Amino acid sequence: MKSLLISVVALLVPLTACSVVGEQSDNPDQDGGTGGTVVLVTHESFKLPQRVERQFEDESGYDLQTRAAGDAGTLTTKLVLTKDNPTGDAAFGIDNTFASRAVDEGVFADLDVELPAGAEKYALDGDAADVLAPIDNGNVCVNVDQTWFASHDLQPPTSFEDLADPAYRGLFVTPSALSSSPGLAFLLATIAEYGDEWPDYWERLMANDTLVVDGWEDAYFGDFTQGGAHGSRPIVLSYDSSPAFTLADDGSSTTSALLDTCFRQVEYAGVLEGADNPAGARALIEFLLSDAVQRELPESMFVFPVVDGIKLPPAWEKHARQPDSPYRLAPAEIAANREAWLEEWRDIVTR
Amino acid sequence: MRRLSGLAALSLIPVAVLGVFFVLPVAGMIAQGFWPEGEFDPLAVLEVLARPRVHRVLWFTVWSAAAGTAISVLLGLPAAQVLYRLDLPGRRAVRAVLLVPFVLPTVVVGVAFRQLLGEAGPLGILGLDQTAIAIVAGLVFFNVAVVIRVVGAAWESLDPRPAQAAATLGAAPWQVFRTVTLPALRPAIVSAGSVVFLFCATAFGIVLTLGGVRYSTVETEIYLLTTTVFDLEGAAALSVLQLAVVVVLLALTQRLRTVPDPTLERPRPTAHRPTRADVPSVVVTVLLLGFVAAPILTLVAGSLRVDGGWSLGNYRALDTSGQQQALLAPVTDALATSLRTAVDATWISLTMGLLVALIVTRRSLTRAERRLRGTLDGFFMLPLGVSAVTLGFGFLITLDQPPLDLRDSPMLVPIAQALVALPLVVRTIVPVLAGVDDRQRQAAASLGASPLRALLTVDLPVVWKPLLAAGGFAFAVSLGEFGATSFLARDEHPTLPVVIYQLLGHPGELNYGMALAGSVVLATTTALVVLAVERLRVPSVGAF
Repeated sequence: MKSLLISVVALLVPLTACSVVGEQSDNPDQDGGTGGTVVLVTHESFKLPQRVERQFEDESGYDLQTRAAGDAGTLTTKLVLTKDNPTGDAAFGIDNTFASRAVDEGVFADLDVELPAGAEKYALDGDAADVLAPIDNGNVCVNVDQTWFASHDLQPPTSFEDLADPAYRGLFVTPSALSSSPGLAFLLATIAEYGDEWPDYWERLMANDTLVVDGWEDAYFGDFTQGGAHGSRPIVLSYDSSPAFTLADDGSSTTSALLDTCFRQVEYAGVLEGADNPAGARALIEFLLSDAVQRELPESMFVFPVVDGIKLPPAWEKHARQPDSPYRLAPAEIAANREAWLEEWRDIVTR
Repeated sequence: MRRLSGLAALSLIPVAVLGVFFVLPVAGMIAQGFWPEGEFDPLAVLEVLARPRVHRVLWFTVWSAAAGTAISVLLGLPAAQVLYRLDLPGRRAVRAVLLVPFVLPTVVVGVAFRQLLGEAGPLGILGLDQTAIAIVAGLVFFNVAVVIRVVGAAWESLDPRPAQAAATLGAAPWQVFRTVTLPALRPAIVSAGSVVFLFCATAFGIVLTLGGVRYSTVETEIYLLTTTVFDLEGAAALSVLQLAVVVVLLALTQRLRTVPDPTLERPRPTAHRPTRADVPSVVVTVLLLGFVAAPILTLVAGSLRVDGGWSLGNYRALDTSGQQQALLAPVTDALATSLRTAVDATWISLTMGLLVALIVTRRSLTRAERRLRGTLDGFFMLPLGVSAVTLGFGFLITLDQPPLDLRDSPMLVPIAQALVALPLVVRTIVPVLAGVDDRQRQAAASLGASPLRALLTVDLPVVWKPLLAAGGFAFAVSLGEFGATSFLARDEHPTLPVVIYQLLGHPGELNYGMALAGSVVLATTTALVVLAVERLRVPSVGAF
């Protein structure tokens, strides 16, 4: 026992010998690089391979610093609270459900970046298009476990109505619209479909023993039959790309997305008003729109590119199908009603 | 007067740190709510407090935290006795393992709990999934270790002779416990209980994961109002409410936390072999261990499953970047980052905690002085009682101008973690230091010892073990801390809990398996480090 402890300590000492205090030497601010530093403020799902970040630094002459923290909602609040003294030069990760709030608060400066072919389809309406550039997109869709339905001799559902059908009673799990961004997207999709009648639909959904859990992780890994913990529900709210991650040994996917239940999420980037380095921020956003980044999006961030003609990874090519006409709501409408919708939704699901 | 200025000088550092990294940010964020659009408008905030929903949320927060605290204390007391006073094989290892829940990511624990309690789980028949009972069970799971450690540390250094005397005089074991042991332990129990209450009242992830949408606490409501609904007035109102509840609680516990009778000498109590009288405590401890172990074992088992068979594949994958590049940094790098951060957080919280404990336990000569020390004592508990969301956004808006342009400093994460650990450190050390008879220090001084010498010879030997226990605590808190850590901006070096959440952010069996394996590695590392730290001895102290 004693020798085990000694070896553990011996192992840990070199690891911890230099604590964070002793680690501040490589501060790029003092590098005096050719073009200075560009600071990107983003959420914690932002990821790019290091070689791609290095490519940006080599080509543009700027040092790139990424400050990633929290989710899209946290990012939006942070940008609004710090708008008079921004924590960086560019921001990435504001999605269409949060865009109007940040734009209305004057967080972003004029963008002045030309969108490559295909990206204009995802641009925001009105003035917001002048300050935010679409970078990636994905859809929140209901997913089903094909193997479960095959072994239970039941046709999988295809529509919102099916989810409220007693034939599928107790089979659906979805994350909460209050605490999860896909959960909110699903609520918005039902609002786009049913209009003012959406509370009635949700009452039927809850009467059909729908399980509402906290986060996407809880729903997918905890309750979904094809998730890690092998739960008991074969219908789950997830993404259009999820089937590319549930491959069986023969290369087929055990799950599929119901393409008539999808809500489109687009993520945007913009230059922050009052940025120290607006030119660098613009260069960074142009780089995010370039092929070098766009083709990395599926494998790094699990989202689809917005630019035309980008080749997808083979598993995506085969199993991650995108809906032709996903549900959409205007960002301004979402901003105006979010609080009231969420309050009513909470009343229905906790009744 | 000189005493008071000495007190002020000693408390200068911890007060300044807390002022900059706690009072300023929280005040800044609350001011956002009271001054919407730059105009002072307290009515909007007061209106929020009148909402029926706020009352329901407050009521649920208080009763779930109270229930979680009461059960943690009831189960923790016998376990503290068994693990710190009885001579049982492997008790050190068990003590270290009990800290494991502290570092486990709540999502992972939540999934493990729900595997047991959920529709398909072995306990599914009880129908506890997404109920208040599940939430309270989760709170106990995370916090019972606090009671065991804080009370255990005090129990271990308790003079055994009064209890022996009472037994010799014919008192039954429970009489001894009720009339001798319990009063002596009361400060420690109240200390532990108040910390646990604050932890429970500000619990975030576990409430959401185990409670679903049905239950909200003040903490989850502040998060929702700030980041989803952008209702800063509402968030400010709830933050003020949270502070008020905490202050009331601290004032109440202050009265209960009176110092036990000082003893002139402190013989080292030795652990004794279990007797028949210890059977009930041992039974409770075993049951408690089973309760804590069940979700952990579910988790370990899950981490060893690959494609329906048993395998170490998930562990082997940890130094890669996950399924289809889910991660940029391998888990092994993240572990190194976590350990480095934890080292900083530990020394910061121990240094500050020791200073605070010394300040608040010195004997007061006047009532004003005692009140001042009491206020300081409560002041350093506050960071536990305030929402991480409020504090995190507060950092961004208040620490953004020179000379306090610190919001992007890499030290912010360890400092934030140290603030969370500080109350634990203080509450572990204070009951022990308070038990030292001041006459010992006076005697040392009259024999010519300098204040430092008196400190080293009188206080250090008593406080050494609790200090190590507190260090282990702080280390574990830092390793497992996710709320503040995930919130604060950082560069390319994420900590292990952050990486585990990244893995859980995307579908794929391997990502899930790696998240479980990463949690097991985090838990094992914590247990081993805590075990190693507690074995450290200073020779002179050991000989004391």
